[in-house]
Amino acid sequence: MDKEVAVQSLTDTMAKFTSYIGKRLPTDVKQKLADLRTLETNPLAKSIYDSMAENQEAADKLDRPSCQDTGVIQYFISAGAKFPLLGELEEILQNATLGATKIGPLRHNAVETFDEKNTGTNTGSKIPWLDWEIVPDSDAATIDVYMAGGGCTLPGKATVLMPGQGYEGVVEFVFDVITSRGVNACPPLLVGVGVSTSVETAARLSKRAILRPVNSKNPNANAALMEELLEEGLNEVGIGPQGLTGNNSVMGVNIESSARHPSTIGVAVSTGCWAHRRGKIRFNADLSYEILSHEGVVL
Amino acid sequence: MKKILQTPIKDEDLEDLNVGDVVYLTGHLVTCRDVAHRRLIEQKRELPVDLKGGAIFHAGPIVRKKDDGKFEMVSIGPTTSMRMEKFEREFIKQTGVKLIVGKGGMGPETAAGCQEGKAVHAIFPGGCAVLAATKVEEIERAEWQDLGMPETLWVNRVKEFGPLIISIDTKGKNLIEQNKARFNEKKAPVMERIFDQVKFIK
Repeated sequence: MDKEVAVQSLTDTMAKFTSYIGKRLPTDVKQKLADLRTLETNPLAKSIYDSMAENQEAADKLDRPSCQDTGVIQYFISAGAKFPLLGELEEILQNATLGATKIGPLRHNAVETFDEKNTGTNTGSKIPWLDWEIVPDSDAATIDVYMAGGGCTLPGKATVLMPGQGYEGVVEFVFDVITSRGVNACPPLLVGVGVSTSVETAARLSKRAILRPVNSKNPNANAALMEELLEEGLNEVGIGPQGLTGNNSVMGVNIESSARHPSTIGVAVSTGCWAHRRGKIRFNADLSYEILSHEGVVL
Repeated sequence: MKKILQTPIKDEDLEDLNVGDVVYLTGHLVTCRDVAHRRLIEQKRELPVDLKGGAIFHAGPIVRKKDDGKFEMVSIGPTTSMRMEKFEREFIKQTGVKLIVGKGGMGPETAAGCQEGKAVHAIFPGGCAVLAATKVEEIERAEWQDLGMPETLWVNRVKEFGPLIISIDTKGKNLIEQNKARFNEKKAPVMERIFDQVKFIK
């Protein structure tokens, strides 16, 4: 493929995919919401789940963004060092965001800080936000698209604990964030927790955590135990959909971690709302692709 | 039977409502969020829409301009109401607004404002933006368009817009604050139990 044609092809695919994920939830989230709806017995909470399901059907049928807040667009890229368009990817994703904004249509959500002007295009300084991981010896690229809405971004919080506070301090931090600020962020939430060495490393991992499938488990046994304990514990609090109380609180809790300084425990929480709009797509070197997050998609 | 409020809303329409009640709205619903609140309260600019007896929606929609120059409501769900807590009490006082629709709870200042001004705050289920858009019959006006799509005051004519769950009533009762207190009470013993199982530092 001619390089110019290849750039155009990847831009078009990413524009369509970015727009698509604003209209239809990923398969794992859809399934989890259906399960939670079935498990709910509180009448008001049940009616909220009904409204949510009705909304998703209408969005699909009318081909419209299911939530008006289509967020700031973030791309999390795991690119092979030999992916042929590695150097072009940044510009491709900028243009894909411009394209998706027209196709969606997406709401204009990029406000230049300090100038305090909405750019009207969903692009701006460092927006769409790109997060990079380079995979050695690979010529493929996997891209996670995430629509970071205002509501689900607001609870975000990070801090550095002293080791004396231990993992108990992590538990307390997560509970405090979810039962205070999480209540307004369109629960049932997918809770991402980063346990790491400093604020920014923990924060990045907490966001990566909500890109993982809802029912996935951390490979470390202790971390997986903590995911389970936090999920059960938060559900016991009974926040319910929209904070109106109910049998459950969260879609799940995912933890990502790194090694840490012996004197610090960095911890962060990121939350995804019930309308958790993310998508995962993998491109091969010839730009053939596979959508991993949504079953049965035709772009 | 559906309880339907109609703008202009009168004090007596709201007196019997309690937190947790579900109502619907027919009439006019004006989007009004962060900057519009700031302009009225801090910058003392006059709102371009008369809200006496009216209803506002904490929302920043997706709107499409049609070929005939009219606007089409594509997607309109509520935004986090708590962001307007700083301004809402004074906003109710100055505008005479009766119904504030949004997402999540608001704080004690808004609850006091609702009591003083005989107004209510109600929750529309967050994220259900297409459902909401289908209840908008027409966008009649668009004011302060210099603020961009999310912050423009979109004047919507709506029919049976809802469900709206009353979260602050005219008595100043606050559903989400009550719920939060309940969550905080419940969480202490749950956390205690988890603490024993996460003593990974030995």
